[in-house]
Amino acid sequence: MDAQIALILLTDGIANGAIYLLIALGTVLIFSVTRVIFVPFGDIAALTALTVAALQLGKLPGTVWLVLVLAAAAVGMEVGSALRARQFARLPKVLVFCAVLPLLPVAVAAVLAWGGLKLPQLGQMSLALALVLPVAPLLNRVVFQPLGNASVLVLLIVAVALHFATSGMALLFFGPEGFRNEPLSDVSISLGGITIAAQVVLMVAAAVALSGLLFLFFEGTVTGKALRATAINHTGARLVGIRPRRTGAIAFLLGSVLGGVSGLLIGPVTTIYYDSGFLIGLKAFVAAIVGGLGSYPLTAVGAVAVGVLESFASFWSSSFKESIVFGALLPVLLWRSLISPQQEEEEEEIE
Amino acid sequence: MSGLAFERSICAAAAMGLAAAPLLLAPFTVTLLNYVGIGAIVALGLVLLTGFGGLTSFGQASLVGIGAYATAWLTTRMGANPWLGLVLALALTGIVAAVLGAVTLRLGGHFLPLSTVAWGIAIYFMFGNLPGLGYHDGIKEIPPLSLKGVSLASNLAIYYLIWTVLGASMLLMGNLLDSREGRAIRSLRGGATMIASLGVNLFRIRLIIFVIAAMLAGVAGWLYAHMNRYVSPSPFEVRPSIEYLLMAMVGGATSIYGAVVGAAIVTLLKNFFQDVLPHVSNNAGQLEIVAFAILLILILQHARGGVMSAARRLAPHRPAPAPPAGTPPLPRRSQPPAGTPLLTIDGAVKRFGGLTAVNAVSFDVRAGEIVGLIGPNGAGKSTMFNLITGAQRPTAGRFTFLGQDITDLPQQKIAAAGIARTFQHVKLRPAMTLLDNVLLGTYVRTGAGFALGASRLDRAEEARAKAEALRQLDRVGLADKAQIHAGNLPLGSQRMLEVARALAADPLLVVLDEPAAGLRRAEKDDLARQLRGLKDEGVTILIVEHDMEFVMGLVDRVVVMDFGAKLMEGLPSEVRANPVVQEAYLGGVA
Repeated sequence: MDAQIALILLTDGIANGAIYLLIALGTVLIFSVTRVIFVPFGDIAALTALTVAALQLGKLPGTVWLVLVLAAAAVGMEVGSALRARQFARLPKVLVFCAVLPLLPVAVAAVLAWGGLKLPQLGQMSLALALVLPVAPLLNRVVFQPLGNASVLVLLIVAVALHFATSGMALLFFGPEGFRNEPLSDVSISLGGITIAAQVVLMVAAAVALSGLLFLFFEGTVTGKALRATAINHTGARLVGIRPRRTGAIAFLLGSVLGGVSGLLIGPVTTIYYDSGFLIGLKAFVAAIVGGLGSYPLTAVGAVAVGVLESFASFWSSSFKESIVFGALLPVLLWRSLISPQQEEEEEEIE
Repeated sequence: MSGLAFERSICAAAAMGLAAAPLLLAPFTVTLLNYVGIGAIVALGLVLLTGFGGLTSFGQASLVGIGAYATAWLTTRMGANPWLGLVLALALTGIVAAVLGAVTLRLGGHFLPLSTVAWGIAIYFMFGNLPGLGYHDGIKEIPPLSLKGVSLASNLAIYYLIWTVLGASMLLMGNLLDSREGRAIRSLRGGATMIASLGVNLFRIRLIIFVIAAMLAGVAGWLYAHMNRYVSPSPFEVRPSIEYLLMAMVGGATSIYGAVVGAAIVTLLKNFFQDVLPHVSNNAGQLEIVAFAILLILILQHARGGVMSAARRLAPHRPAPAPPAGTPPLPRRSQPPAGTPLLTIDGAVKRFGGLTAVNAVSFDVRAGEIVGLIGPNGAGKSTMFNLITGAQRPTAGRFTFLGQDITDLPQQKIAAAGIARTFQHVKLRPAMTLLDNVLLGTYVRTGAGFALGASRLDRAEEARAKAEALRQLDRVGLADKAQIHAGNLPLGSQRMLEVARALAADPLLVVLDEPAAGLRRAEKDDLARQLRGLKDEGVTILIVEHDMEFVMGLVDRVVVMDFGAKLMEGLPSEVRANPVVQEAYLGGVA
């Protein structure tokens, strides 16, 4: 390997790392606020890329059906609990959040498909993002909220099961074919003897910009501070009037933005299948574990490291690429277990 | 009919039914039962790991794969005997689990499951890419097993082997769960502090149950390879791991029978799906996993105890057999002569960031006395308590117990050295009997490990431990309730149960954290009487307490703390008369 190849691999790795960073940040965000290790996160990215592909082909994206199913389930659960509690006043708000808002982009997509119209590329991407955004918050409402105060372990098992449900449904709605989206720009920049595609620059820039926005949100807004407070101490946050359901919903929504954007970015550089999300999500997990599922800066370091390792591993031995990346978890865990003290854990009884 | 006899007759009937089954059923059904048996062996490991241990693994299928590939490689490429394949399968799965567990189990409980997902995938890709393992085509023509010259090539023959292995594993696991280490396993969900305070090494127990679960998966893989005579990577990815987990959860993760019930339900359901789903969609395989995933989510949402939890409510209660009359209790250690310094605290400091919770506190506790540690709210009493018992590490200072420096010892070692504690917020095992709860206290005095427990060679020691636990229950007046669940007791009795558990450890020093909190008058009087009785037996007691009246009437000496520092130390009467103490408590009114 000469310096030039190393440089190309490094650029590739950093671009991949940018994707993992966005997903890993969302993972850490959702975990710290809701204790849910949201394994289907990579699926959110894959769904977004597949949705863009369907819109580019002028077809009705399968996401529409997924959102319809989830919105119906959420509305059913909300109406049921409102009826039981005889709190009819909250029904209009529930309907707006669980039905009207998620269904707006669905209606737009339906009209477009029915009229055989195509949006310009940026419009397609925005619509895809709007279609996918409600998926994670609705999954939270339908799947995780009924679990209440279940342990992290139970929530994790549910999250893994949910990944298989989501990717299975993605297969039903999108079919087994892979898609590669059109990039926003075909321009490449020549820099010090290597060419860098504009898409790569875009990926890195988006990751940096979104991480920066997330930082400003946490530091500068009351909602952001409420999320941080919930992450540090759930009970304490409740005592000062922060509602865990609300912070949870916001965390899932923010996570969706990160997952969705990463899907938009990865679509043009990799062929995405209905089940591609799992491996992407898991690599983001490796990054999040570097940060101990808590530290955002270490997570960023981890994401870039995973991206670079992956790109070099695929150069050395493409068939062992995945084994090398996931195998790297072992030294990371060893390092973490040496630096972090034994922690007190929650108690939980079955039955 | 008693609970035990009921359970035994059900098991005997099931065993007879299973022995006769192949003679009555179609060959295809026997094949299905073979898969149920293999699934149940894997699920049994998950019951131990998830139901009892509060851990889980999403990589069990890849461990099954390691077992299957190990024997496939050894028998086809090396021409070795299939029984050697079993040895290799067990060794490899055990080593992989030990390494993975060693690096993850000191971290939070969710790091192990997360890493098993990643490792499951890494191992799966290895199967498909290692040259010796036949790539994605797998390994064909694996020889059948034979036992004493009898070939087990037929479905029927291997049926008996699979179910014998399963039955034996269930028997061993049932024994294990009813032993010293088993009680520790069943307590894993009670929180790390409680476990460590009983002298149990949490890390070790978790590591061992993870290895046991992995080796069960290894055996299942070995059986699978010699039953199918062919292995390929696809049955060993993450998806089938979810099916194993589903088996454990459907059946009931806190019952060893749950593994079989769950394996049967999931295998039959899978078979049903394979018949029906192809008529519904072209992607039947995916629909199946969607259905299983939704089923698993619904079970976790609505019926976390699974089928066995419901079945158990119908079955008669099963009391543990009493130890034979005249069994001697466990030997007691000799208490140090009264007046010798037992616990010496020298300049203890604990800072939390900028807050100094305990500031240069020194005092000692001498053998045979009752010392009260008192102080107003926020004085640092509880922090002091945590430092003594090892629940927290001091920033500076030295703790000596009977001449041994215990400053940096982990909690379980401090417990083993002879310091037993109770908790301000009672930490018992609500779903275990009073007897089992007190038996947990004897953990530090007994020694039977996993092998002895599983093979029932621990019964002599177990009987003595039981006699000891009953003695302690009798002392606190709860002997008649020994067989009910601790969760059914009122708070006052729960506190006494904690005291009994602490005493079952035969401690040199008992440290009580606000034992009178929440007790009624009569209960407090009773507690005080019990503690005086203990003192007469030579046991030393340190009480951290809020309730002045309770303390003053009971203790020999009082240490007063305020704002993290020691205010004074003296006889109860001296403390009561001290104006500085009065000011600390009453704000200078006096």
